[in-house]
Amino acid sequence: MNEFIFFFNKVIVSGAAIGSVYAMGAIGVTLIFGILRFAHFAHGDMMTLGAFFAFGLTVMFPQAGQLFGLPTGFIMLPFAMVLTALVAVLLDRTFYEPLRRNKINPVGMVMASIGVTLMLQGLIRLFGGIEARHFFFAERKDIFRLALPFESASRKIVITEPQILLFVFTLLAVLAIHFILNRTKFGKAMRAVSDNVDLARVSGINIQKVTVITWMIAGSLAAAAGVLLSLDVSLKPDLSFNLLLPIFAAAIVGGVGHPYGAIVGGYVVGFAETLSIFNWAVFLRPFRESLPDWYELPSKLALVPTEYKITVPFFILVVILIWRPTGIFKGKVI
Amino acid sequence: MKPLLNVFSKESIIIIICAALVLFVFSLFGAAFGFRMLAEIACFSIIALGLSIQWGYAGLFNAGIMGFIAIAAFTSMLVSFPVNEDFRQSIYATEIIWVFVKLVMGIVIIWGINRLPFLQTRVALRRLLLLVAIAVTYLIFMQNLEPVASGIEKEAGFIGGFGLPVWMGWIAGGIVAGILAWFVGHICLGLRSDYLAIATLGIAEIIKAVLKNADWLTRGTLTVSPLPWPVSTPGEIGFIASRALYLTITVIMIGFILWLLQRAYNAPWGRMIRAIRDNELSSAAMGKDVNARRLEVFIFGAVLMGVGGAALVTFNSIFDPSGFLPLHHTFLIWVMVILGGAGNNMGTILGTMIVYIVWVMSEPATLLIFEAVKYLGVEWFNWQVPNDFDSRALQMRVFLIGMTITLVLRYAPQGLLPEKIREN
Repeated sequence: MNEFIFFFNKVIVSGAAIGSVYAMGAIGVTLIFGILRFAHFAHGDMMTLGAFFAFGLTVMFPQAGQLFGLPTGFIMLPFAMVLTALVAVLLDRTFYEPLRRNKINPVGMVMASIGVTLMLQGLIRLFGGIEARHFFFAERKDIFRLALPFESASRKIVITEPQILLFVFTLLAVLAIHFILNRTKFGKAMRAVSDNVDLARVSGINIQKVTVITWMIAGSLAAAAGVLLSLDVSLKPDLSFNLLLPIFAAAIVGGVGHPYGAIVGGYVVGFAETLSIFNWAVFLRPFRESLPDWYELPSKLALVPTEYKITVPFFILVVILIWRPTGIFKGKVI
Repeated sequence: MKPLLNVFSKESIIIIICAALVLFVFSLFGAAFGFRMLAEIACFSIIALGLSIQWGYAGLFNAGIMGFIAIAAFTSMLVSFPVNEDFRQSIYATEIIWVFVKLVMGIVIIWGINRLPFLQTRVALRRLLLLVAIAVTYLIFMQNLEPVASGIEKEAGFIGGFGLPVWMGWIAGGIVAGILAWFVGHICLGLRSDYLAIATLGIAEIIKAVLKNADWLTRGTLTVSPLPWPVSTPGEIGFIASRALYLTITVIMIGFILWLLQRAYNAPWGRMIRAIRDNELSSAAMGKDVNARRLEVFIFGAVLMGVGGAALVTFNSIFDPSGFLPLHHTFLIWVMVILGGAGNNMGTILGTMIVYIVWVMSEPATLLIFEAVKYLGVEWFNWQVPNDFDSRALQMRVFLIGMTITLVLRYAPQGLLPEKIREN
C-alpha cells in the first residue's frame, strides 16, 4: 500500500502539477499558432517574466497574503497576469506587427520571436539576477499530509498549498477559455480567424482586435503558469528552453490550433515525464523473496534517468510527428 | 556619400571596415590575441557557411546549431584524444563493446521488423511490434550500460580516445553531425519549417544533457583537456606562431569549402535548390523531389557545422560540455549569417568577422559602461550594488543579440550583402 501512495505522490500529484503548467502554456502557444500562424518561441520567457512581476510585487508587499490567508505570490497573480498581457500586446505591436505588415514568411516570424526571447532573457537576468529565488521567504509553505484509513498505509499523501491552488486555477482557466471561445463574440471571431483569415476579414471581423485578444489570453495564461510553477518549486530565470520544448510538444500532441487538445497534450507530457523518471523498483521490492535468485533487484529502475528528463517531451514530439502530425485532435499541420 | 559609393562598391567598403577592425584589435591587444581571434573567426566562418547553406539556399530554420557543434566536437575528441591506458587494460574495454554490439543487434531487429514483407500491409501490427522491439532494445541497452558505465568511471575515469590524427577527428565529427541531420531532417522536413526549428532546438538540448551527464564518455563537468592540435602547440613554438599555423589550416579549409560551394551554387543542383526555395509548388510540379533536395542541403550544412565546430573546440583545446551555450553557439551564428547576408558566401564570412569582433569587444565594453553606471549610482543615489553585478551586466549582451536579430529582420531582411541574383 505504501508503494501506491509513493507512486501517487511522485507520479499523479507532481504529474498533474507540471501537466497543468504545460497545459496553460500550451493553450497560449496553440492559440498563437492557430491565429497568427507561427511558433512563438518567446513563450517560455513570457512565463518567467510573469513570475518575476509577481515576485517583485511580493517583495514590495510581503504582508498582502495574510489578509486573505493565501500565499502572497498567489494574491499578486492577477496583477502579474495583467502586466504580462500588456507586455505581450506591446511586444506584438513593436516586433511582430511590422513584420506581418512587411509580409515576411512564417519562418521569419519564428526567428523574430527568438530575437524577442533573447531580449526578454537578457532583461530578466539583468534586473533579476541568475540565481533561483523562492516566493516563500517571509511566510511558510503549507504542506498537507493526508493519512489514509488503512492499516497498511503508514505513508501519507503529500500535497502542497501551491499545488492545490494550481489545480483550482487551471480548472477555472480552462472553464474561462471554454466560455470565451464558445459563448462570446470574440471567441467566435477567434475561431473564424483560426479557420480562414481571409474569409474572416471579408466578413467584417476586426483582425487587429482578435490579435490583441489572443495575445492578452496567451500572455495572462503564460504569466499564471509561470507564477504557479515558481510558487510550487522555485523561480528559475534560466528555464526558458527547458519549458519551451514540453509546451510545444503538448501543443503538437493535442493538435495545433486546438485549445482543448493543448490541455490534453499538457497532461500527456506532464504524466509521461513523471512516469518515465519514476523508480519502478519500488514496486518490486515487496516481492524480493519471491523473485528468482539470478535476478538482482536494481536500486534504481527508471525508464529515463532524471537528468535526461528533457528527452521525454522530445521523444513524444518525434513519435507524434512520425505517426500523426495532426495531433490527437486533428489540428492543422502548418 | 553617393560619389563614394560609386567609387567603392558596398563589398569593398565592408571589407575595409573588417580590415580596420582587425587592425584595431591587433594594435590594441597584441598579435597573440589577434591571431586567436582570427582563428576563432575562421572556425565560426565554417559553421556560418553551413548555416548559410541551410537558411540561404533552402530556407531551412535550424535552431539547434549548438547540438551539431557539440556532437561533432565530442566525436573529434573521441577520435583524436590519446588512448586512456587505464581503460584499455581494464575488463570494461571489451564489455563496453559487447554492450554496443547488443544495441546494434537490437537496431538490426527493429529495422528488420520495419522491412518484413508480410507486415507491410498490416500497419497496426507492424507498429505494435516496432514499439515493443524499440522498448525492449532500449531497456536491455540501459540495463547493460549502467554497471559498465559506473565501472569505467570508478576505475579509469573515462574511456579516453583512439589517439588518431586530428584531421580524422574533424572529418568524423562532420560525418556524425551529418548522420544526426539525416535523422532530424527525415522526420521534420516534410512539415513546415516551424517543426524543424522546434525539433532542432530540442535535439541540441538533449545532446548537451547527454554529454554533460555521461561521465564515462566525456568526463562531464570535469572537462577533457588538452585536446591535441593538428599543428604544433603553443607550448612548443609559442602562441603567435602556433595560432598563425592553425589559422592557416582553417583558412585553407574555408578556401576549399568556398570553392565547393561556388561550384554547387552554379551547378544545375544549385539552381534546383534555389528554385525550390523560391517557389516550392512550381518546382514540385516540374518533377523535383522537394524533400529529398532539402534533406541533402540540411545534411550538407550540418556536415560543415560539424567540421567547423570540431575545429573551434579543438582550438580552445578543452572539451567542456557545459560550455556549449545556445546563445554563443546558435544565436550568435544566426546573427552572423542574417547580418552578413544569407546565401552570399562572401557576405557570410564578412558578417562573421564583424559580428565576432564586436562580440569579443562587447565584453570589456559592457563591463566598462556598467562600471560607470555603478559609480554614478553609488555616488548620486547611494545605490546598493548587487553582488553579482558583473555577471548581470554581461546579460546585456544577450539582450543586444536579440535586439540585432529583430532589427535586422525588420530593416534589412536581406543582410548587408544580399544574395546576388544573376539575370540572364
